[in-house]
Amino acid sequence: MKTTQILIAGFGGQGILFAGKFLAYKGLLEDLQVSWLPSYGPEMRGGTANCNVILSDDPVGSPIITDPDVLIVMNLPSLQKYVDTVVPGGQIYVDSTLIQEKVRRTDVEVYYIPASQMANDAGVPTLANMVMMGCVLKNNPELSFDGAAETMAKLVPPKKANLVELNMKALEAGRDYEG
Amino acid sequence: MAERVLMKGNEAIAEAAIRAGCRHYFGYPITPQTEVAAYMAKKMPKIGGVFLQAESEIASINMVYGAAAAGMRVMTSSSSPGISLKGEGLSYIAGSDVPAFVVNVQRGGPGLGGIQPSQSDYFQATKGGGHGDYHMIVLAPASVQEMASLTIKGFNLADKYLMTAMILADGTIGQMMEPISFEDAEIETYDKPWALTGTKMRRPHNIVNSLYLKPDELEQKNFERYKKYAVVEENEPMWEEYRMEDAEICVVAFGIASRVAKNAVVAARAEGVKVGLIRPITLWPFPKKPLRAAADQVKAFVSVELNMGQMIDDVRLAIECKKPVSLCNRAGGMIPSPDQVLSAIREAQKGEN
Amino acid sequence: MAIVFQKPHALTDAVLHYCPGCPHGIIHRLVAEAIDSLGIEGEAIGVAPVGCAVMAYDYFNCDMIEAAHGRAPATATGLKRCRPENIVFTYQGDGDLASIGMAETVHAAARNENITIIFVNNAIYGMTGGQMAPTSLPGQVTQTSPYGRDVKHCGWPIKVCELLATLEGPEYIERVAVNNVKNVKAAGRAIKKAFQNQIEGKGFSLIEVVSACPTNWGMTPQKALEWVESDMIPYYPLGVYKDRSAAKEAEAK
Repeated sequence: MKTTQILIAGFGGQGILFAGKFLAYKGLLEDLQVSWLPSYGPEMRGGTANCNVILSDDPVGSPIITDPDVLIVMNLPSLQKYVDTVVPGGQIYVDSTLIQEKVRRTDVEVYYIPASQMANDAGVPTLANMVMMGCVLKNNPELSFDGAAETMAKLVPPKKANLVELNMKALEAGRDYEG
Repeated sequence: MAERVLMKGNEAIAEAAIRAGCRHYFGYPITPQTEVAAYMAKKMPKIGGVFLQAESEIASINMVYGAAAAGMRVMTSSSSPGISLKGEGLSYIAGSDVPAFVVNVQRGGPGLGGIQPSQSDYFQATKGGGHGDYHMIVLAPASVQEMASLTIKGFNLADKYLMTAMILADGTIGQMMEPISFEDAEIETYDKPWALTGTKMRRPHNIVNSLYLKPDELEQKNFERYKKYAVVEENEPMWEEYRMEDAEICVVAFGIASRVAKNAVVAARAEGVKVGLIRPITLWPFPKKPLRAAADQVKAFVSVELNMGQMIDDVRLAIECKKPVSLCNRAGGMIPSPDQVLSAIREAQKGEN
Repeated sequence: MAIVFQKPHALTDAVLHYCPGCPHGIIHRLVAEAIDSLGIEGEAIGVAPVGCAVMAYDYFNCDMIEAAHGRAPATATGLKRCRPENIVFTYQGDGDLASIGMAETVHAAARNENITIIFVNNAIYGMTGGQMAPTSLPGQVTQTSPYGRDVKHCGWPIKVCELLATLEGPEYIERVAVNNVKNVKAAGRAIKKAFQNQIEGKGFSLIEVVSACPTNWGMTPQKALEWVESDMIPYYPLGVYKDRSAAKEAEAK
């Protein structure tokens, strides 16, 4: 039985929920059991946003993550709030454009990705979230980059098909980042 | 098997309702159930249905009353404070014996409370909510798939028994996405000779009414209604049992609490504690039989709830206080962690040893 | 032998429970006559209020439903949206329509809901024994305004027709009275028009019927009708407050 609990957190407007949806849809296409739980309410509009995604071979129990295997943070308050909840041996992904602080824990793998800067440089300034996801897919043995394009095609509504390409560009930038 | 799609719990309710033949939705905005209304607003005009945003919760439930009296499958959805406002209409609907479908995606209370998930409307839903002697069928989904399947079930039960069927969900189940597949909905159809269709000058007029000024007549109506409720209590309780076969401790939880509790049961089993879970799926009728049976088997019960302890009363009544029942709870929009439930299970185990 | 007078078919044989001298019987009859003359009894669905007319469901031969207090326009909306081919009407008093049900009234009008509302204004809560209504006149003595309605304390009466006529939504708003033969005849015409509008799909029509409550006003029926003329009608002037179709026609000319 393999279950991966992924917590994504940042500000509202950074595409936190969308990044989670991407992972959830990817799991769906891979015939995994999936749950996606957003924070909701006023925080959607500028406060902190977070999203719990669980991918599993078995039916998902509680959709609420208390000890994530993977933490992806896109602002400092989120790092401070969740850094100690990650399981030993887990992974933490930090957008180092927005977060200067370093993780002091030594029992987790930490990836610093200047995702916001990279997204800017790639001409997709709003897609730092997907730069982060590209890096997550590459470094997480339970996930893989295969199927990312199919997932994106399913996730993006047909009317906005041009966004598939832009999102893939961001994902690839994250994948190819050698930090 | 039908294709798996990812859907929010609230959207699953809306889609399932449409598949159940509901073509009339009346509602008023409130967090965290807005996706139900948004989905209906988008879909209904395309399938010849009606979505109408009413001026209030009060108006919307009375629109439901009118539409139900017209013999249509109709629904409204809201969250806790809005359901309080609908209480009046729910009582009239019960007193008039017309079928309706109502969704409560609960949030913390009382008063304006908060918007985070809660189960603190258990009493309101299972004990009546509005005035007078009446019950609603209360269904408590624990997954997005059940948001859909219990919606279809709810419409069928409402028509079968001429009652309100209520989905008692919470913000978590409403907001989360899980894969679901829509099998072909089994729509049961019932004749509605009482419906207001116009007499066409071919039959005596139908009257939909809850007013009985003669107390003996009103008493008789209540007696008849409670005979019907007894049939519902006999035939319709639904529950799930998990690892109960050799359990010494029985956790009782519904909705999102049962998901957390299941994690705790798995963890406790890993420690060697013999614990199982009974998850009521119908909260009214409450699944008394499996609990009564469990009372002869286990040492103690733990009721896990997102409120100050409401279902625990029904657990105690069901087991006739034969075994101790402890409460493991959070309130106000907080959710117990699996660790908290695990501790409660350990305590229960110790308490009896 | 020619029949020169008979009960409208749309009324049942039930004996009305209204007090002696109460004009509800007249207004019921006018509604039933309109239903008969338009031949819509088989299509009609009536919504009874909470108030003196609470048992109207026993008096009309068409399908009927009893609504919660003030909610008749919402219940009627539910019915009409389900069964647009049927003719849906409400019959409401002043407490029901203009106090507890004001929101439902205003919003049904704003939506131009294609229903017919018969609004009986007798300036008092009759069924509960004569309390102050939203339409009780300044100075009017009731059980809950025993020293006369003090507008500084409890506000001014609500003029429903004037208020609703300010909305874009409604098709037809008229105030009539039933205190003399001439007015009764005019009221009958207005009520029929309100149903005709619905048949033609024109939308929300409300007829306010200025009526009397001899029992709770503490007057003889005769005196009560005189009081309608001397006190009620000056405060609540009769006439058409809104007629969108007529206004459009006039504009076209």
